[in-house]
Amino acid sequence: MPGQGDLTQALLDNAIWSDALVAEAGIPVHDVPLVTVGGGIGSFVLVDYLRIAGVPTRDIRVLSNIDHPWQTYEYLTRVSQIPGPERIRSDSSSRPDNIWGFPSYALSEAWREKTVRPLLHVLGEPIFADYWTPRVGAVFARMARESARIGYPEMLVKGVARMVRRRAGGGYFTVLTLSGPTRRVVYRSRFVHLAVGYPGLRFLPDLQEFREKYGDFTRVVNAYEPHEHVYEQLRTRPGTVMVRGGGIVASRVLQRLMDDRERYGLQTKIVHIFRTFVAGAHGPHLWSRRKGGDGWAYQGFNYPKSVWGGQLKAKMRRLDGAERAAEYKRMGGTNTPKRRRWQRQMRAGREGGWYEAAQGTVERVEPAADGTLVSVVAGEAGTRKVGADYIIDCTGLEADIAEHRVLADLLAHGGAGRNPLGRLEVERHFEVKGTANGDGALYATGAATLGGYFPGVDTFLGLQIGAQEIADDLARRGFGRRIGPLRSTAQWVRWAFGRPVREG
Amino acid sequence: MVPVLLGRIQTRLILLAVVGSAVTAVVTPLVGADYRTTFAVLAAVAVLGVGWELLYHFLMQFRWEKDWPSLFGLLTAIPEGALLWLLLDRGLVPTVDTAPPLGAYVVHFAAVWLAVWLVANGPMRVPFLRWRFRGGRLI
Repeated sequence: MPGQGDLTQALLDNAIWSDALVAEAGIPVHDVPLVTVGGGIGSFVLVDYLRIAGVPTRDIRVLSNIDHPWQTYEYLTRVSQIPGPERIRSDSSSRPDNIWGFPSYALSEAWREKTVRPLLHVLGEPIFADYWTPRVGAVFARMARESARIGYPEMLVKGVARMVRRRAGGGYFTVLTLSGPTRRVVYRSRFVHLAVGYPGLRFLPDLQEFREKYGDFTRVVNAYEPHEHVYEQLRTRPGTVMVRGGGIVASRVLQRLMDDRERYGLQTKIVHIFRTFVAGAHGPHLWSRRKGGDGWAYQGFNYPKSVWGGQLKAKMRRLDGAERAAEYKRMGGTNTPKRRRWQRQMRAGREGGWYEAAQGTVERVEPAADGTLVSVVAGEAGTRKVGADYIIDCTGLEADIAEHRVLADLLAHGGAGRNPLGRLEVERHFEVKGTANGDGALYATGAATLGGYFPGVDTFLGLQIGAQEIADDLARRGFGRRIGPLRSTAQWVRWAFGRPVREG
Repeated sequence: MVPVLLGRIQTRLILLAVVGSAVTAVVTPLVGADYRTTFAVLAAVAVLGVGWELLYHFLMQFRWEKDWPSLFGLLTAIPEGALLWLLLDRGLVPTVDTAPPLGAYVVHFAAVWLAVWLVANGPMRVPFLRWRFRGGRLI
């Protein structure tokens, strides 16, 4: 007698499910060789690789709660002050829509707009110009084109992934919760790929406490949540904004505040608090020194460039445990690019007395009698009180991976473990350690795997590096073909002419 | 591509052998030189290049990013070209007894350099999908 089509206690309790156990629950089962859970850019680039490697659409399912791979990214970039025409912090040859990275975004832009300026810019970077980076709108448009070319929508199944459990006899079951009359479906597959993105945002503790205590969600905001009202209100009434954090999002928010100041002649004052105030170049020795100043640590991209293919990539690949954690610490730390425009704006702010940056740790935030927000800041110069009308948290703290339901289940029942940074421990080929099952394999890429043998996981190029490793590993296991020079070239020509991939 | 030492050397040797040879084959008659000389020059760029790459690798260590901007890859033609000319002029390059005319040398050297540089900065990634993630290593 089959069950009601929902998870049963027996399923919840058993780490390994048999086909009979699932059948007893009465949940519909679909067979497919590979599922990728997430449906963001991580899933997209893996599917792109596999399609180019000859895997037909019927062999892949993307389990996702979003319609387009770039949807979440688009939301996050928009609220954190990168609208369509603005440029993101990503290298010209990091293209999620093109596994070869050629032509680069700069070359494509030069071609489309019939100008050599992007090429001259790339030639001069980073010595004579800031790093050239693509417009966020162009990134989405190109991804949309590639999505159509590889038949991505045919592989997409909308729903919320609930868990992945190992199957008796090999492979995995992935449970998907649907919004329709059928509540659950199960995908039975030999391979699973998880690219579920950031588990969630975490607020700075003192700001979280303030929001909960005073129920004020409009004046204390996180840069990754919609906060357009702050900029709008500053246009109607002058005010002081406290910016917290020293990363790219802090730079973006400062730019927006300073742009608005210039554009509308506002009187906005900015107090910028860095927990770690970087006064100059820093690092243990001459061969390991990063630029810095005025509070910021300067770096072109999220990681030193050689993380994606040079010395640091090669070095990290050999490190384990404490040694790996130490190397992450050495090259890590919050940082932002040293862009000429931002430098100019901040200089003007310092000279005009309306931008002040200081080191400090905020102990608590409380409302003052006049309605402003008072932060109690402990710094090198002692404790002081700083008033502001708004506080924008740009620290970008991330929640623990166990906040994500699928990952929590995998840690509890799937045999997965944590790496030296506390995230999901993966092999060099991105298989999640401890989850192998028969002839099946479970892989993960993206932010959830930060701290592994490859550091740049939560970046466009990092996702592609992960996808390449996985595609090669799958080819070794007989799923898809290893892309050699001939196939690579032939498929590139198809890409260039916008023709569909060749299967088989 | 952000190179590792072995990747630098491999990429240089392979690109000089394939792209450099093709350019040399075309350019040699155009500048009125003989193949024996131009291919000896090409071989010298490759052999001396291993030494140069060691130097570049050392200099790269002073860069936080451990990268090698593409402009560097273009501008290093100047010291490399100048040194090789000095060696040619003094008859220190094996099999080349008399140096080619300076104009012919400059055109040949610049054409090879530019072609190799252009291929390394883009088209190379098309057939060799893993090359850029392996620091320029092909083997």
